[in-house]
Amino acid sequence: MKDKDENAKAYWRENLRYLIILLSIWFVVSYGAGIIFKDALDSIRVGGFKLGFWFAQQGSIYVFVILIFVYVRLMNKLDKKYGYDEE
Amino acid sequence: MDAQTLTYLFVGLSFALYIGIAIWSRAGSTKEFYVAGGGVSPIANGMATAADWMSAASFISMAGLISFMGYDGSVFLMGWTGGYVLLALLLAPYLRKFGKFTVPDFIGDRYYSNTARTVAVFCALIISFTYVAGQMRGVGVVFSRFLEVEIDTGVYIGMVIVLFYAVLGGMKGITYTQVAQYCVLIFAFMVPAIFMSIQMTNNPIPMLGMGDTLASNPDVYLLDRLDGLSAELGFNKYTEGSKSMIDVIAITLALMVGTAGLPHVIVRFFTVKRVKDARKSAGYALLFIAILYITAPAVAVFSRVNLIETVNQADYEEMPGWFTNWEDLGLIGWVDKNDDGKIQYLADGPAMTGDANKPSFEEESRGAYGERVVVNPSNSVNELYVDADIMVMANPEISQLPNWVIALVAAGCLAAALSTAAGLLLVISSSVSHDLIKKMLKPDISEKGELIAARLSAVGAVTIAGYFGINPPGFVAAVVALAFGLAAASFFPAIVLGIFNKRMNKEGAIAGMITGLGLMLFYMLKFKFDFFGGGTKEDWWFGISPEGFGAVAMFVNFIVSLIVSKFTPAPPQDVQEIVENIRIPSGAGESTHD
Repeated sequence: MKDKDENAKAYWRENLRYLIILLSIWFVVSYGAGIIFKDALDSIRVGGFKLGFWFAQQGSIYVFVILIFVYVRLMNKLDKKYGYDEE
Repeated sequence: MDAQTLTYLFVGLSFALYIGIAIWSRAGSTKEFYVAGGGVSPIANGMATAADWMSAASFISMAGLISFMGYDGSVFLMGWTGGYVLLALLLAPYLRKFGKFTVPDFIGDRYYSNTARTVAVFCALIISFTYVAGQMRGVGVVFSRFLEVEIDTGVYIGMVIVLFYAVLGGMKGITYTQVAQYCVLIFAFMVPAIFMSIQMTNNPIPMLGMGDTLASNPDVYLLDRLDGLSAELGFNKYTEGSKSMIDVIAITLALMVGTAGLPHVIVRFFTVKRVKDARKSAGYALLFIAILYITAPAVAVFSRVNLIETVNQADYEEMPGWFTNWEDLGLIGWVDKNDDGKIQYLADGPAMTGDANKPSFEEESRGAYGERVVVNPSNSVNELYVDADIMVMANPEISQLPNWVIALVAAGCLAAALSTAAGLLLVISSSVSHDLIKKMLKPDISEKGELIAARLSAVGAVTIAGYFGINPPGFVAAVVALAFGLAAASFFPAIVLGIFNKRMNKEGAIAGMITGLGLMLFYMLKFKFDFFGGGTKEDWWFGISPEGFGAVAMFVNFIVSLIVSKFTPAPPQDVQEIVENIRIPSGAGESTHD
């Protein structure tokens, strides 16, 4: 029983670590690049886009999609590692 | 064939498809009615969630709004997509593991309290009803424009169709119809966008075309051209906003968190088989949504440039057919303030005064150039009113695209409005039949009885929604935007704390939900509807608009919950075990309703 509890706790800790990392990226691309540092980034241009404007209207959305699929991959691996995988 | 015949054909074919699917996949049990039997594949569920999520507002209004707001429109783009990251990482897998049918179910069980359940049912009903009334109105407007019937008749047609497949099919019918509706709506959104992108920039990919150079002048970038045009007319530069930074942050956060707290979105993740499918289908949902959301800002730019170049300083008599068509419907209005017969479209203020600056017309009478006579011109030099809602619908005509594209857009608008309305009606009917009747009023109701109750509540919900669609209370539009604030202020903290804080107890959660919801309602009534002494922009707390206040109310909810739970007894052992159990993905079993 104890092992099982330990196992669950360790799984949860790793899960929380992933969440903190992924949500920090989520925050940085949207609130950081798209809003707070938008004006600074706007001085950099990529083609016709000012970079801050691009993050606010395009870039952050691309990153959001990638974030979720990275999370899916990480968690599937974590499930396997701790034996919570299901077929 | 002309556009009208093609529209009848496309709309008719798509409806036949939806109804066919509804009959093929009708629900036979409460489980199929509430969660589609729990065996939907992640990709299908992702598409259905996307269609459910993208309402008439996303399809019809959003690109238009952005094209008038420029950078400020980013709040919608980031807000309505970023919420899915929160949903996938913080809510969906755990709620699926918990394995019940509805959000109030989770709140009621996790907080071992019928009071908490009642508060949650109440929140779910307010949010869903405000939202669905707007959708039914949208259905009516689209029908009236494309099928040339009265708006009220349009609402009736929409009611009958939604009724047919929501009542018959339940969640199962809705899920598979929404898959079809997603395909129709995304195709209908992309085709004109691609055409316009090629016309303006020679680049067939709209998201890239937006940052490309002009087809007519390869030395100038499209966005620079638009910034230049805007500056010339006295508007803010398109790529720079006019809202304060704190307000942009607050609105974006309120929309994100609100999205993650909307019951009709959350309930989607109860329909898949395993926890890992719930994670994956959140990913697919966002992917399918993102296709529209990264195209919309491109459409906004194309149509903004198109509009300015077509109308400004042009003779009214030379205006193309779409201009006068929309004028006839009252969504465009022009007053020749300086008697030169040309349209002046400038930023010195709204062209009209009064109710939301919309034009009021003198019935049937025409001015010197054949325009409809407007009775409420303002003192500004600006002569033109253009309703943001027409941009997407008028785009194919403005860009002179073939007739079949116009018909396709009509079918897409209807798919978007109907799919969202159906999803919301299902949440309402399950709140009534499951959370109220089965869980609180009559726990011994039979499976068959509950299924009948669910269908009857769906009928009731459609009727009420239709009533609001035909007699829209003036505040529907305002309240729909605020539904997100309400969801953010009430559900989101209660669910997140229920999963991530084992010590959170019923006292904390209930106090938090009531404070959050109360504060949000107070702020909204004060600054939107002039209760409690009203107030203007200058009186906003921290400079945050009512639309963004949900973010503040959410933090208050979190803080109140945490403090109250510190001073009240810990939740019982079996509830703490539930929390430990939902954190582990294996053994999710099927969604049950006990």
